[in-house]
Order: sequence, then structure tokens, then C-alpha cells
Amino acid sequence: MKGRIFSVVGGMFLLTVCSKGDRGAVQAAPPATPPAVSSDVGAAVAAGGTITGKVKFTGTAPRNPAIDMSEEAACKAKYTTTPTEENVMAGPANALSNVFVYVSAGVPAGQTFPAPATPVVLDQSGCRYHPHVFGVMVGQNIEIRNSDPLLHNIKAIAKKNRPFNVSQPTAGMTKTVTFTAPEVMVNLECNVHGWMHAYAGVRPDPFYAVSGPDGSFSIKGLPPGTYTVEAWHEKFGTQTATVTIAGTESKTANFTFAAR
Amino acid sequence: MSNRPALCVILLLLAPGSRLLSQDTTAGKVVYQKWCAGCHGDNGAGDGQGARRMIPPPRDFTGAIYQVRSTPSGQLPTDADLLRSIDEGLPGTAMPGWKSRLSDRQRRDVLAYIRTFSTFFADTTQRPQPIAFGGAPAGGSGADALKVGRQFYDSIGCRKCHGDLGRGDGPSAPTLKDDAGHPIFAANLHENWRFNGGGTVEDIYHRLRTGLDGTPMPSFSDLLEQKFLTDEQLWRVAQYVRSLSPQEAPAVRDVVHAPLTKQLPHAPDDSAWTSVDVYWFPLVGQIIRKERWFAPAVSGLWVKAVHTADSIALRVAWDDRSESPDTAWLTYLGHVLGTLDSDDSTREQPALWPDQLAVQFPVSIPTGMERPYFLMGSPSAPVYQWRWSSSSRTTAVAGLARGIDRYDPLPAAGPGARAVYDHGQWRVVFTRALASPDTASQLPFRTGRAIPVAFFAWDGSNGEHGTRMAISTWYFLALDEPVPARVFISPVLAMVLTLGLGLLVVWRAQQKTSFRRQQ
Repeated sequence: MKGRIFSVVGGMFLLTVCSKGDRGAVQAAPPATPPAVSSDVGAAVAAGGTITGKVKFTGTAPRNPAIDMSEEAACKAKYTTTPTEENVMAGPANALSNVFVYVSAGVPAGQTFPAPATPVVLDQSGCRYHPHVFGVMVGQNIEIRNSDPLLHNIKAIAKKNRPFNVSQPTAGMTKTVTFTAPEVMVNLECNVHGWMHAYAGVRPDPFYAVSGPDGSFSIKGLPPGTYTVEAWHEKFGTQTATVTIAGTESKTANFTFAAR
Repeated sequence: MSNRPALCVILLLLAPGSRLLSQDTTAGKVVYQKWCAGCHGDNGAGDGQGARRMIPPPRDFTGAIYQVRSTPSGQLPTDADLLRSIDEGLPGTAMPGWKSRLSDRQRRDVLAYIRTFSTFFADTTQRPQPIAFGGAPAGGSGADALKVGRQFYDSIGCRKCHGDLGRGDGPSAPTLKDDAGHPIFAANLHENWRFNGGGTVEDIYHRLRTGLDGTPMPSFSDLLEQKFLTDEQLWRVAQYVRSLSPQEAPAVRDVVHAPLTKQLPHAPDDSAWTSVDVYWFPLVGQIIRKERWFAPAVSGLWVKAVHTADSIALRVAWDDRSESPDTAWLTYLGHVLGTLDSDDSTREQPALWPDQLAVQFPVSIPTGMERPYFLMGSPSAPVYQWRWSSSSRTTAVAGLARGIDRYDPLPAAGPGARAVYDHGQWRVVFTRALASPDTASQLPFRTGRAIPVAFFAWDGSNGEHGTRMAISTWYFLALDEPVPARVFISPVLAMVLTLGLGLLVVWRAQQKTSFRRQQ
């Protein structure tokens, strides 16, 4: 019996010794690829072709619900008009922003891309996320900041990545996280403020973009090949297009969603 | 040095303490299919037959997201964490403890099988690393410690969901959802015996550090690293939260004793109530008659009673995180109705239902052990019920229930009722004359008798109305009789008499002695 206890204690000791060194971060796993020396992904892939396009929608965009921020005076004070959710961000001529456009197939398997050293910054300000939709590479840091003088919790809902749920009760707090597997999309939300949602497209390569206020996007540096391009919108679903790139040319892929 | 990791792995595998080698997933599958699949589903996706009858729903093992862990948020649980949930169950949920039902071997095997539902457990980069928790600082129940705890309870935002007094009624509470989108309630911090991960100060502190992954409850570990508060201050929060619940989980005492008082306290917060003994009764979902209800919001009631020479006052308090009807809870209510399977084929639309309470007595005090059917009587043996509703707070109706779906109000005025809703708790006082003008239908209260009593509660914002409610079984109410004067006089009389007799004997003995001496 004594020997048994000793071995259990010994095993626990070993576990402790062996686990030293990679504590702390929510995603403790090391990135699959060694960290890039160059911090500029754009430069590394700039040589290839480009896919540009515009995202639009047909029909009438649903109204974004107004947010009642009466519980949070510090957030409410950051707005001059009643803030709304950002479910459907329509621009001029039915342009649709906040669409995550990415190459979902066609990049040769086995080809690896270093994660940029620059982190993606996700700011919580005025009880909303900035940006609302963003792309990030596997292993790339996401720096989550709280610019509001009040409690936010940041919960990641994911299937291929480990989820997490951490709290930032005051302004100035930061948290750095990384995701270890490609996943479109990882949902980020605050449960204190049920209206706060952000969406992260986690990709193994840098071939993604988010449509701007005029609905335009641009994916650069693609090597020659035939690609499936997918456009994801949080309310309108997904659309795909096939684009063949021959050299350093620029090809167009426009997407039109039906409002629903 | 570079060989250290490899060496460690080898040593770990060789260590006899490594239990993994002795676990058998094939045997675990047999145990799982017999005991677990009914709720958790054949493929571990939390979609068994019983799944849509419960809130919170059974764990979906495929995501390997677990609430009760010793590891940081986002990490896998350790085997010991999982085994604890299997052994002890998850209080406040439908998950029972299996320690007494399955053997050591069976529990370890089923644990090994559960791990196979997710690829995360096979991923060697995902090894869980338990947090090195320290011990609780001393003096945790002192006023100063609790004050510090309360201060940080506010500043780290606990009140946002758990409410100012901790009854799960915070401003964000109606919007809470778990990862799967199911409605989830913020824990009522006054009921530590229902905390998923255990109710001790240590359990609470551990949950603050790890968070409850998959739920809105975040980890607060970063606050220590970023020096927002110290470890001792976080312990104080845990100690404060612990202080909100009673020392011991309430135990059921079957008989509510109503002492005799001079004045009847009509108001729920009358100071006279503070000196009256309180009795706790658990409630469960009504799952006997359709439409059944598997997810009752009211888990228990606190009951006090007093009486005067001619009247009775009964005070019922229960925690309810919503003051229904409340439009703020309509979305939550919709989620509840959408999550649970209904007995009807048509799904009910959310509506602004009120909170309700029914107090039930027999029509007359039974002479033997026979009592009417506890679930609101029957057509042939009705029961006498007081019904109170939050939509007309200061009145209550008296009536006869003839089964769960038939309630006939009596023409006479109901009992008096006064109600207070305060930070997640209803407190209602019913008053009535002991004598009844209509003894055929309204129970006359009499002292010194065990009067059967039962309770029913509805939380409108949880979708409860009609037969969807929380129910109790029969308990008893006893109106203490005034203590007759002879109880006090008899012992004194007996003592005086004994003393007198004693003196007499002594006196006689002395008389005899002196008589002999004279001779």
C-alpha cells in the first residue's frame, strides 16, 4: 500500500516537473510552424495574383436592433444616437460589409504559411467589439483589450479550437490568445452584454479579407491555381465562387446575398 | 536537457500511478450504454432520449467542454476532474452521483470511454495542467473579510448576473445562454447545496479561477496576473459568496409549528417574523399529469406560521429570479419553451404569465392517516386551496381544487394576502380567521392538531402556468395550544406538598425522640 501511494505521489511530481514551462496562455499549445522572422505576410506573398470583388445584397436589409445600454452609462456615453447591433452593415447601393471572404480550397496541401508577428487587436469599446468580423491566422496572437471601465467577459465558442471564457472587469486589461486550428467562424461573445458578438475566421494561410463599408475586398499574393472562394455573412449565410489565377493577374469575384 | 520532455513522457507512462493504462474503453462502452446514453446520447452528443426534458441539458461530450475543472479556462479537464463529476454528480442538475451505483472499475472505464467522444483528448498538445490552488486565508467569516469580499463581488461584476443580493437576478440574467444556445440561469448564491461544482469556500474559489467553460461564467484568473486584485481578495469573494447560504443545507422537518402570539404580523417584513422558526420544503417538477414540467424554477420554500386566539398568519418565502410578468424575460422564456420538449404537439408561444403560489389544505382535518390526493385532490375528495398571483398581489383566492385541472373559487372572500418582491425573492403572508363560516368547504383551523399542508409554485417567466409547476408533497401545520396554567402550577404544588410531607415526617420523628428521652 505504501509503495502504491509513493508511486502515485511520484507520478504527480513527474507531471508537475514535466508540465513546467508552458503555463499561462489559454492556448498553451505551441504553433505548428516556427514563428516567422518576417512580420509582413503581405510582402511574403505579394508576388502572386489577386482576387478582388464587391459584396452586395438584394432585397431589404433587416433593421439592426437598437441596444438598450441603460445599465451601462459609461458605454452609453460613447454614443450620440442610440447604438444598434451590427448584424447587417449595409453601405451605398446595397454594399455589404463585415463579410469574411477567404480561399476555402485550392491552396496546395502541405504548404505552410508563417503566422504574422503582429497581433490582431480586438477592442471592447462602447460595449461593442471592434472589429466585429476579422480574420486571423492559426498561431497568430489576438490581443483582446477592454477600453470600457466595466466588466466584460470574453467567451469563445469554437468546435475545432478550445473555447475559453475570461473576464476583464475594468479598462486597460488585455489578454492574448491564439487559436490552434482553422475554423470559420469562431464566435466571440460577452454574456454580460448579450448583444456583443464578434466573429473570427481562423485560417492556416493569409488568403482572406473582410469586406469594407463599400462592400469591397481584396485577397493578394495567390500563387497560380484554381481556388474556391467562400464569402461568409453572419445573417445571410455563405456563397462560393471559383477563381483561376494564372500569374500575377487580378481576377474579380463578386458576391450577392439575398437578404433574409 | 533537450531530452527532458521525452524522458518525462517515458517515465510518466511507466509510473504505476498512471491510471490510463488500466482503463478499458470496451467495458466502459457497456456501462455507458446502460447508464449514460439515455441522457447523453449513444454518440455522446448530449442528445439522448431524456435530453430535451432538462435545463441545463446533459453534457455534449464531443466538444470536450467541461464546467467543473481544476484547469484554466479553455483547457481539458483532468481525469480526476471528470471522475469527481461522475462520482458526486452535479448538484442542481439532473446528473446524479454514481459512486454508490457503479464500481470503481466501472467508473474508470466509463470515464475512459467518455474521453473517446472527443479528439481533443487524443491530442498530445492539449495536456491539462491543473492550477496550483492555495488554501483559504483564515478569518473568512469575520465581518472585515466579508466586507472585502462584498466589495470585490461588486467590482469584478458578479452582480451583473448573480444580482445585488446574489439570487441570480442580475440585469444580464435574462439574456444568458450556454454554448449551445440553451437558456441558462445564473446560480442563486443563497443555495450552495445546488452549486454544480460543490458548495464549499474552496469549490467556489476554484470555480472563480477556472470559470465554468461552456457557460457564461468566466475565469477570473487573469485578474490576479494583472494585479486587479490579490489572491487573498479573490478568496474573500469566495468566502462572501459562501456566507450567503446557510451553514448547513436545509433539512426537511415535516411539521410547521405555529406558536401563539398576541398580534398577527400581516406584513411579510414585520420584525415579529424574525423570532419565528423557519421550515424549508423542497419542490419538484410536476411530472405526473400532462402537461408535465421537468424544469421548475422554484426549488424550495421557506415557511413560517403564527396564530393568535382567533387568526392564523402563514408566511411563505421563495427565491424567484424574475418578478413576473416581466417583458425583460420574454426572450429567455422563448428559449426555455424552445429547448424543452412539450407533451403537446404544438409548441406554446411565450406569454406574460404571472408568478403564482398555492397553499393546500384538506377540506377538514382528517381523523386518521387518510388524506386527499396530494396533487390537488380529486373530483370526489377535493382540497381547500389558497391561491396567490403576482398579477393581483394583495389578494388571494380561496377555492376547492378537484384535481390538477379543476379549481373552483369559493364565493366567500379569500384569505388576506400581503406580498413583497425583493431582489429575487417573493415573501407572501396569508392571514385568515381560525374559524370558518362554511365548514363544509373551508377548513376550520384548530390548535393541537396536525393539519396537512402542501405547496405549489409557478415562475411565469420560466414558462410555468397551469399544470406546469413545482409541487411538494403533504406536510403538516400544527397550531401550538396555549400552555394551560396547570402546567406551571402543578410542579410548584407538588414541590410544596413534598416539602410539607417531609417536614411533617421530620417533626414527628423529633417528637418521638424527645418523648423517649423524657421517659
